[in-house]
Amino acid sequence: MPSTRGARATRIGVFVCHCGKNIAATVDVERATEALTAQDGVVYGTHHEYLCSDPGQEILKRAIRDHHLTGVVVAACSPSMHEVTFRRAAAAADLNPYLLEIANIREQASWVHRGPGTTDKAIRIGRTMIEKVKGNHPLEALEVSHSSRCLVIGGGIAGIQAALDVADAGFEVLLVEKQPSIAGHMAQLSETFPTLDCSQCILTPKMVEVAHHPRIRLLAYSELESVSGYIGNYRVRIRRKPTYVDPDKCNLCGDCVQACPVRVPSEFELGLAERAAIYIPFPQAVPSSYTLDEASCLGLNPLRCDKCSRVCEVNAIDYDMREEILEEEVGAIVVATGFDLYPKEAMAEYGRGTIPDVIDGFEFERLLSASGPTRGEVRRPSDGRVPREIVFIQCSGSRDPELHLPHCSKICCMYTAKHALLYRHAVHDGTAYVFYIDVRAGGKDYEEFVNRAMEDERILYLRGKVAKVFQQGDKVMVWGVDTLTGRRVEVAADLVVLAQAMVPSDGTADAARALRLACSSEGFLKEAHPKLRPLEALTGGVFLAGAAQGPKDIPEAVAQASGAAVKAVGILAAPMLTHSPEVAEVDEALCSGCAICVPQCPYGAITPGTTARVNELLCESCGTCVAACPSGAMTLRNMSGTQVLSMIRSALAEIPQTVEA
Amino acid sequence: MDEPGPSDPRIVAFLCRWCAGSGADLAGTSRMQYPPNAIPIRVNCSGRVEPEWVVEALKAGADGVFIGGCHPGDCHYVSGNYKARRRIHLLRRVLAELGIEPQRVALEWVSATEAARFTRLMTDFVAQVRALGPGPYARPPAGAEPELATAGPSATATATASSGAARPAERAAERAADRRAPW
Repeated sequence: MPSTRGARATRIGVFVCHCGKNIAATVDVERATEALTAQDGVVYGTHHEYLCSDPGQEILKRAIRDHHLTGVVVAACSPSMHEVTFRRAAAAADLNPYLLEIANIREQASWVHRGPGTTDKAIRIGRTMIEKVKGNHPLEALEVSHSSRCLVIGGGIAGIQAALDVADAGFEVLLVEKQPSIAGHMAQLSETFPTLDCSQCILTPKMVEVAHHPRIRLLAYSELESVSGYIGNYRVRIRRKPTYVDPDKCNLCGDCVQACPVRVPSEFELGLAERAAIYIPFPQAVPSSYTLDEASCLGLNPLRCDKCSRVCEVNAIDYDMREEILEEEVGAIVVATGFDLYPKEAMAEYGRGTIPDVIDGFEFERLLSASGPTRGEVRRPSDGRVPREIVFIQCSGSRDPELHLPHCSKICCMYTAKHALLYRHAVHDGTAYVFYIDVRAGGKDYEEFVNRAMEDERILYLRGKVAKVFQQGDKVMVWGVDTLTGRRVEVAADLVVLAQAMVPSDGTADAARALRLACSSEGFLKEAHPKLRPLEALTGGVFLAGAAQGPKDIPEAVAQASGAAVKAVGILAAPMLTHSPEVAEVDEALCSGCAICVPQCPYGAITPGTTARVNELLCESCGTCVAACPSGAMTLRNMSGTQVLSMIRSALAEIPQTVEA
Repeated sequence: MDEPGPSDPRIVAFLCRWCAGSGADLAGTSRMQYPPNAIPIRVNCSGRVEPEWVVEALKAGADGVFIGGCHPGDCHYVSGNYKARRRIHLLRRVLAELGIEPQRVALEWVSATEAARFTRLMTDFVAQVRALGPGPYARPPAGAEPELATAGPSATATATASSGAARPAERAAERAADRRAPW
């Protein structure tokens, strides 16, 4: 094919990977190599079983040197997999890495099609990348200085662990928590499986450590408002809600609570107890201070009610406290926004939350907890009686794609076994039934724990689903089926505990929106790669920890948090970060200074003037300004309009049936 | 049916790197199957897609152009997808004025997790373009084609204008007869 471009100095090499059978099974790699080698400007072409292997990379390096290649196209897997590998190999052979491009013929061809059309498509994809490489320029990565502080969003066990690990590594941490205290759901639990450690007893030392850590700045009762910037240089806006209590003055005497005339259901006790409008969620709260809840207070108006302020001997209450907006620079962000339970109000088959003695797992944890509303005695909410017959329903909302959620919540098998066991410890003559689909006890010492519950505590495990739960007199009737015997089961229970599915917290959706993170259909945060980059978000410098990323138990959340902390430290500790040089560029000869590009830029990277100017470090390479430029003065380095037009034409051109090499 | 025969639609798909492109990659990882008609071109953002590219693709013989971006509110670059939406909306109106079916140009949102959605959109779009028939500058029968791909950019414009102009003109007249323009 004759062409004016590329004929002079362009010497492109094409390398087609078999990826074992992953590509070679559906793409005729020999025909593809032949067709791509016949392209104008291509001087060398070969194929290899595994180009990413050392011998494969050696072939690439040798060919670059031997054939004096000025550009390389590797037709292989997605660039998200091996672009780094091959660009590094190119650099090792003294070819500027930005002159190498990947043609994705695996994820977007060989894996998704069958038949000869697959090879044609692979050839077309390869050709577009050859055209792109022809227009590429050698570039050098830009170096950027960065902030060495970390933002951790969410003060549950995952956020606490991540904050402590980053701070212990020597970096400053901002820990933002929506609630008045850090702790998350873990503080609500009574004991933890499989060791039956007291949950609060193992959590509170970590909370105290956070409170006293010299490098952790705790922003409780605060929310992330917005985020701008990029990896290493995020600018975050945090809204601090007023607590109307000065934590430095408050001495936790609790006189204000006695004085407060308001009583509302306590969030921490899940409505099983009441709190005043001025309250501390639980005694070990961190920060250790009271919070005046604006929504339930009579009006923050001393003329209407100033009882709390009048009894406060240290004058800690300040009705004039204002909301504050903090602007901070951080280099990395750990998102640990946690989970909630799927509401039992959504369970029409189990009474839609209207039966007082049908409660969820968290409520039962509070009933079991020594610090809970019943001081650890198991008493049912309706009349305070000790339940003699109790039914636990697993997979309530989970694993039910027709009516509820398709996913497995992972922890319910274990905590239900724990609930039943603790119930039997508390009520020795009580009978506990567990309805289950299967018992999933994958984890260290987990299977043994469930067996202990089944055998030693003689808990009745019934394999089957519960069809209906309804009130009859003072009993809660449970209609289910035992699929192992094929018989219908009816239990007149005193208390029913639903192992509600885990769902991402509302804060997770807020964080995802502010940080523009991808979420699964259930709303759990999506990791950069499900197997190999499970701690990273797709957005650089953002890491995931805890149940916001998917259902998990405490040890997993802690492990993930420590992992995310190390990832964050990797950024914070780097002397310099590199920034892609493939950014927008202005051709000053063509630019008329019309400034149409300026409002297009979401990062404010363009300064208007006689000609527009681009701040390379602020530019994130989206190219929206390029598409808007009426005079073609703005271009994206190594993705210019001219390059794309050639790519389009090469994608559509016929493939010659007989190829002469 | 998955085989692109001589009459099968030829499509260019501009996929943003963060959402639609990742969704397409996930479709591959999940071994989903869809027709191979669309040749993907990866862009950083749907906002990078110049309307001129769509026109160029149609001129170079494409029967349809697919643009995949992030869902509203999810754009990795904050708002590039909204800008793409405005541009493509306008372009489709211009295409309709020129007698080219605007349904040949699709702008869809696909998140990085929506492999199944990507697969379905690809399958449906190929069917939709197939139903529309060959594009305005569809390639001539095999053998008589070469000037499109081999000539330089300026020559291409002339070549397409001369080889394809007659057909679109009469087809446009045909279509104009039974089309109810909304403006």
